[in-house]
Amino acid sequence: MTCCTTIDVQSIVGQPGTMPDEIRLASRDLGDGTRQTDLSVPGVHCAACIAAVERTLARLPGVERARVNLSTRRVAVAWRTGDGVPPDLIGALRGIGYESHLFALDQDARDPELAGLIKALALAGFCSMNIMMLSLSVWSGADAASRQAFHLISALLALPAVVYSGRVFYASAWSALRHGRTNMDVPISIGVSLAFALSLYDTLHNAPHAYFDAATSLLFFLLIGRTLDHVMRERARSAVAGLARLAPAGATILRDGRPLYIPMSEIEPGSTVLVAAGERVPIDGVVEHGVSELDCSVVSGESAPRKVALDDKVQAGVMNLTGPLTVRATARAEDSFLAEMVRMMAAAEGGRARYRRVADRAAALYSPVVHTMALLSFLGWLYLTGDWHASVTIAIAVLIITCPCALGLAVPIVQVVAARRLFERGIMVKDGTALERMAEIDGVAFDKTGTLTLGRPSLLNAEQIPPSAMGIAFGMTIGSRHPAARAIAEAAARGTNPIMAFDRIEEMPGLGLEASRDGDRYRLGRPEWVLEGRNPENGLAESVSYLTRNGDLLAAFVMEDSVRPDAREAVDDLVRQGLAVEIVSGDRAAVVEGLALKLGVHEVSSGLLPGEKVARVASHEQAHRKILMVGDGLNDAPALAAAHVSMAPATAADIGRNAADFVFLNESLSAVGGALGIARRSRTLIVQNFALAVGYNALAVPVAVLGYVTPLVAAVAMSLSSIIVVANALRLPSIPTGAMSPGPPRRN
Amino acid sequence: MSSMWWLILIGLGMACAGLATFLWSLRNGQYEDLDGAAERVLLEEDPGDKGRTHQER
Repeated sequence: MTCCTTIDVQSIVGQPGTMPDEIRLASRDLGDGTRQTDLSVPGVHCAACIAAVERTLARLPGVERARVNLSTRRVAVAWRTGDGVPPDLIGALRGIGYESHLFALDQDARDPELAGLIKALALAGFCSMNIMMLSLSVWSGADAASRQAFHLISALLALPAVVYSGRVFYASAWSALRHGRTNMDVPISIGVSLAFALSLYDTLHNAPHAYFDAATSLLFFLLIGRTLDHVMRERARSAVAGLARLAPAGATILRDGRPLYIPMSEIEPGSTVLVAAGERVPIDGVVEHGVSELDCSVVSGESAPRKVALDDKVQAGVMNLTGPLTVRATARAEDSFLAEMVRMMAAAEGGRARYRRVADRAAALYSPVVHTMALLSFLGWLYLTGDWHASVTIAIAVLIITCPCALGLAVPIVQVVAARRLFERGIMVKDGTALERMAEIDGVAFDKTGTLTLGRPSLLNAEQIPPSAMGIAFGMTIGSRHPAARAIAEAAARGTNPIMAFDRIEEMPGLGLEASRDGDRYRLGRPEWVLEGRNPENGLAESVSYLTRNGDLLAAFVMEDSVRPDAREAVDDLVRQGLAVEIVSGDRAAVVEGLALKLGVHEVSSGLLPGEKVARVASHEQAHRKILMVGDGLNDAPALAAAHVSMAPATAADIGRNAADFVFLNESLSAVGGALGIARRSRTLIVQNFALAVGYNALAVPVAVLGYVTPLVAAVAMSLSSIIVVANALRLPSIPTGAMSPGPPRRN
Repeated sequence: MSSMWWLILIGLGMACAGLATFLWSLRNGQYEDLDGAAERVLLEEDPGDKGRTHQER
């Protein structure tokens, strides 16, 4: 090691990854010393995986039970050890080939709102079906005495449904009315409660018709739509939450010369924080000891590693690549770069906040019409016949028949089907409005590093390097974590190069690798260091690593950030669909322009700070152009929040992923075109569904206004329109026309 | 006539039992992992028991 630290950081902090302390912090106490830890294991997908994971974990000493949840791709482990140190759960899973990571406590699995919705749905279903059973006997001609008895039983059954299951709608309607707005729930609430009250009145006076069945089955159908809507959002949310967290839960600090693992929130400015190679820097600070290289791609969009030494500033979120570092914190966790980004995101909250859902816009048009119509038919009948009771009955029949049952299902059912289709292609959508907004875009802005590119270098000139040099380089790089070394090892592994074994390999932070064998000294890394003082002739824009033996050049490795497979096709596809494509990057102009040329993008801005990215996106919004932002870094998060709709790869920084409306899991950029295709297709289906629902109303309303709607007609009409709307939604194809199918990976 | 009332009573009772069962299964976590339940059928033994069944045999 080149630096002379008094403390061996790497040995204290141990191997990078999740530390036992972090597992303990993230576990919860089940009582009597047993603790439960939730791990997210994205790789489980079949019975064999379940068996392998559960058996492996259960065999670890101290583990009491392990249970895989395949739906959420999570495993819950209950463990109890004498000293409170958790077993090496993550290491054991890695040993059998499953990557796993901690699932934090604040993302608890239980969802009280969903449970409430399902209970309301179950009750409404129970009541409406039993009422329907009684109604059928009334419709088929029960005599007056049993009819009244049946209606009374129906009233008893309808009461809990109207009170308990209806709450969902009353609460929403009330909060809308209180703010002087109206939504779909207002006519629903009025219709259901009036229908119930009138039917109760009629039952007590032994009238032939009662609308208990209509009121409860209306609730039942609408609750189905509501529950589907909620399930879809939750599912995407928990899937996104299950991805690896980039921000650590805590950090190892030095207190009185002793290492101590503490939660992030307790780190004070001036604390000494230890950062091992392979870990992310948890907090803004200044390097006190050690030399290393940092991967800043997540923070600044810069793809080449940056070298840091004593007194250099480091930002929270950057990855420490080669050497252990001791960092003095200069800010608290909530004042760090990360928190700054979160604040900018909150300020930038753009398209999403202003956007009004299609369903709400429809309701704003729809409910005044419905209310006026019901009122007019009441007044008209009152004027013509002077019969209060008949007029009220007809007005309520109008309300029930026009109640937006099909409208309530028209949007959520399409969005649920669309989300399902996107899931099949590895794209997760956060909520339904994202699909609506996606269908409206007229431009796409891409971030470069990590979005258009994979954010890690790959070897460009593998063919030109002699096999002997490749073998030497392979042997040197195989144990290294540096992205350049990994790229060389990856390229070497693809060929049939013999690995050279060395007596000693040492990683020089910020410089490269040095190895020795039979008295020869091999170096691989930065040209000026490798050539030992002699000046390299280097006019290339790409980063280059040299390999030397005793100072003599053996090979030059040219490295470049590898472009995502299908990036070119994805861009072409978007341009073909009439969208303006541009690149907004924080990286240097030369690199960005080179890539833009390769992808055929003309609109390029480079060297942007996070604030400037937001400004760039906001300028489009002001010009009334709706922009889809695709980005992954911390520096993209505010722009993701500001854009009309946003998309991030699963490898993105946590807050970027949280800010984005869509998250795609595959490496291929064809996800952008695919999501757009499905969004546009589902918009068409939603419009069709609205047309169907409105058309049905146009047919049914005259019948209702003329007073011909009996409970039987209402029940049949309502069910029929809902079934038609659902059937139409299911027509959404799994691979939309116009979007590309993922082709073979291609290297540029 | 009275047989009809009995039938209605029995019908409602059965429906109530169904509703109660559903609510119980909801609270019991029967719907937490529907995909997992479908796959677990294929497992020979319950992997949660640390493979004890296997050794005892």
